[in-house]
Amino acid sequence: MSDPVIEIRELSRRFGSSIALDHIDLCVAEGTVLGLIGPNGAGKTTLIKHILGLLRSEQGSTRVFGLDPVADPEGVLSRIGYVSEERDLPGWMRIRDLYRYTRAFFPNWDDALVTELTERFQLDVGQKVKTLSRGQHVRTALVLALAHRPPLLVLDEPSSGLDPVVRRDVLESIVHTTAQSGSTVLFSSHLLDEVERLSDRLAMIVDGRIVVHDELDGIRQRHWCFAVHYDGPGAPLANVDGVLKSKPGLSPGECEVIGEGDPEELARALTAQGVSVLERRPTTLDEVFLARIDPAHSTQTAAHRTDHAT
Amino acid sequence: MAPGPLYCYSSTMIQLKASDVPLYKQIVQQISRLVASERWPAGYRLPSVRGLAEQLVVNHNTVARAYRELERQGVVTSRRGDGVFVADQSHPFARRRGEQQLRGSIERLLDEATQLGMTPRDLVDLVGDHAARREQASRPGTRRRA
Repeated sequence: MSDPVIEIRELSRRFGSSIALDHIDLCVAEGTVLGLIGPNGAGKTTLIKHILGLLRSEQGSTRVFGLDPVADPEGVLSRIGYVSEERDLPGWMRIRDLYRYTRAFFPNWDDALVTELTERFQLDVGQKVKTLSRGQHVRTALVLALAHRPPLLVLDEPSSGLDPVVRRDVLESIVHTTAQSGSTVLFSSHLLDEVERLSDRLAMIVDGRIVVHDELDGIRQRHWCFAVHYDGPGAPLANVDGVLKSKPGLSPGECEVIGEGDPEELARALTAQGVSVLERRPTTLDEVFLARIDPAHSTQTAAHRTDHAT
Repeated sequence: MAPGPLYCYSSTMIQLKASDVPLYKQIVQQISRLVASERWPAGYRLPSVRGLAEQLVVNHNTVARAYRELERQGVVTSRRGDGVFVADQSHPFARRRGEQQLRGSIERLLDEATQLGMTPRDLVDLVGDHAARREQASRPGTRRRA
């Protein structure tokens, strides 16, 4: 197997007293589409900035194509196509000028591809950037990111703030270009359905830590949802090994539990707490994600629930 | 964080939704259904992997995986360099495959019936009644259902 395109080891980052990244380990193999998902402020953009060499690794290391992006920005950035979360293309430029300007930085700029994408995205090259709609802005940024056929594409929240039609369009372009080029893609999003559609692997980042990183199926096969019933007074299920979250079910004494691990073992561990397992089913990615976000706050015991049942 | 809107991107006949069923499996199930109902008859050429990926807005590996699975199940055959085609379904395996496809629905139906206090026998009778009524409704002379 070839070396990973992105290799991050033990990366931590503080801004003042707050911890933005906390011992991040992340490897992305060539040709993988990795979806980076997390709530706003979880550290997605900070992580991406390290990959682009915009932030230096204070603790730990970041390697892209085996290079340190801060020490060798040219070697790294020439191989990355990047769409930033900010809509930050210069407003006074026309798309045409922007193409010409960006082209100068990239020896492998592909004019034919630019023409093709411009047509596909229905962009008017005579238009000034500041008059572009959000969707047109993203599409222009995508053309610029793709024009030098980069082996690594980094997209920070490519679809945020877009209406469903434009969003579909942008996502479709991503599917189109990745299917064609086979390039490695890292894209961040706070929307699970889009990550599920586009990616091979998924990394969930919460409070600066990567809490899950696996193939989509692997994540599904490791997480289970149980409906349990308290026969007697309830013990908290939150401390049971593997339990991520428990929340009250529909009827009193019932509880819904999301856990990670072998389903049989989880069931045994739950039963040992004096509850009976009524049902077990696989989880949706959404449930895993929600269970991973701030599980402490969402965990309740069924006993607690009974108090509020009426 | 508010969960995102669960918008559905679909081609005319395949609809994917956020659920606990992986997307590739949803594609497999729905294409199997299209084949079983002969909306995609034997010899029908499936959309290219890339084409369907774009249409459904999913990673092309997901579609490729679905096609591999369908090929393994004998629903489609791929001819190198030519595309992927619906296989001849008259093969004796096709029936078994159809049965397998229904297994999930039957399990769910049985569960529900049990919860309602019905026996499997009751359920079989009910299905029989239902089929008879449907047949009667579609007989010439009565108004034909779509």
